Amino acid sequence: MIKITTPLSEEVIEKLQIGDEVLINGVIFTARDAAHKKLYELLEKGEELPVNLKGQIIYYVGPTPAKPGRVIGSAGPTTSGRMDKYTPRLLDYGLKGMIGKGLRNKEVQDAIVRNKAIYFAAIGGAGALLSKTIVKSEVVAYPDLGPEAIYRLEVVDFPAIVVIDARGQNLYEVGPEKFRKE
Amino acid sequence: MRNLDVKEIKNAVKTLVVKANQELSTDILNALKVAANNEESEVGKKILQRVIENAQIAKDEELPICQDTGTAVIFLEIGQDVHLVGGDLHDAINQGVREGYSEGYLRKSIVKDPLNRVNTGDNTPAVVHIDIVPGDRVKITVAPKGGGSENMSQLKMLKPADGVEGVKQFVIDTVRQAGSNPCPPIIVGVGIGGTFEKAALLAKKALLREVGTQNPDPFYNSLERELLEKINNLGIGPQGLGGRVTALAVHIETYPTHIASLPVAVNLNCHVARHETVIL
Repeated sequence: MIKITTPLSEEVIEKLQIGDEVLINGVIFTARDAAHKKLYELLEKGEELPVNLKGQIIYYVGPTPAKPGRVIGSAGPTTSGRMDKYTPRLLDYGLKGMIGKGLRNKEVQDAIVRNKAIYFAAIGGAGALLSKTIVKSEVVAYPDLGPEAIYRLEVVDFPAIVVIDARGQNLYEVGPEKFRKE
Repeated sequence: MRNLDVKEIKNAVKTLVVKANQELSTDILNALKVAANNEESEVGKKILQRVIENAQIAKDEELPICQDTGTAVIFLEIGQDVHLVGGDLHDAINQGVREGYSEGYLRKSIVKDPLNRVNTGDNTPAVVHIDIVPGDRVKITVAPKGGGSENMSQLKMLKPADGVEGVKQFVIDTVRQAGSNPCPPIIVGVGIGGTFEKAALLAKKALLREVGTQNPDPFYNSLERELLEKINNLGIGPQGLGGRVTALAVHIETYPTHIASLPVAVNLNCHVARHETVIL
């Protein structure tokens, strides 16, 4: 287990390799489909983003509403591939990491290498477990989007696995290779 | 003729949507435990253990197992000797969904229009399937369905000449293309026959079968086992990171079809395969 803290430096990112299990600490931001579209459009127009995402990690999640007395509801990763259209633009702008689940397209993989960024997977469907690592949560942009709003989360030892590293190695390709029987 | 107030159906739906989202049924939990023992990948084993731990936390703390609390898919079997009174059945179901998703702190994931995407704010409308059956009871099954695995599902109109080999190929290709996206280990629901829409419904119903139950027809039971083995040989593994356990089960449901047709639908479900039933 490797502990890392946000914002991510290139030095830290370069040391991480596919298959490494990390515990993420610090601030991460949530954004899903609708929020990504808005962020992308702002960047295309050359306008400021509502949150500074440089060096930061975006977590693809749409949490359930928090019960009274809780910081957040269940909060596991959603399918990252839906964000592929917008991700290269965000990485070129300065985003350094993403947490989600599932495959990314070639453009995203190239943008990860080009920008020395990193892609982590969290366990899909483990939203109750993951929510326990989130100690603070607040909506910082687009509250009208409901579960798709941008939240600022503070996490303590949030568990994830490196699935695409800064060299472009991809665990979704390499991992299944080892266990394939034809 | 037995009278049943739709308010009872509303109340049942309300309870079931919350329960289904918080408690993983015993069959799935047991299948996950067996999978954790059988998994050869160390990462995969650890993932399966965390998934089991997650289900326990969700149950103990009354939290949703997964943040995607799904489309409320509801199956009703209505006895033909039941007279529904007290209002509109669909309104009652949607009211149950509305109250359950709100009071149960479940995520509202439904948009009003598929292209002009504005959230309805209460997870309605539900997707409702109704069968009229003999008797004077009403059986309600609530199966919240997540978007991640639903999106990886496919339907294909094969030619009769494609036969069983064509079906196998299509099922395996669907799972291979889905890869890590539907949150493996998955349950694979396969509907074969009927018409275009019937095959899809059969595939969805196949997901409701208790994991570990076999198709009563030996031919289809053997096909289920063969497909499960072939799928697990793909090496996709838990969360797609490589491993032995890609699927927990393959369930096939069939229906007579047209001489010209061979529709096949593959409906994938993540490991959070939720369904709760009550009989009124």
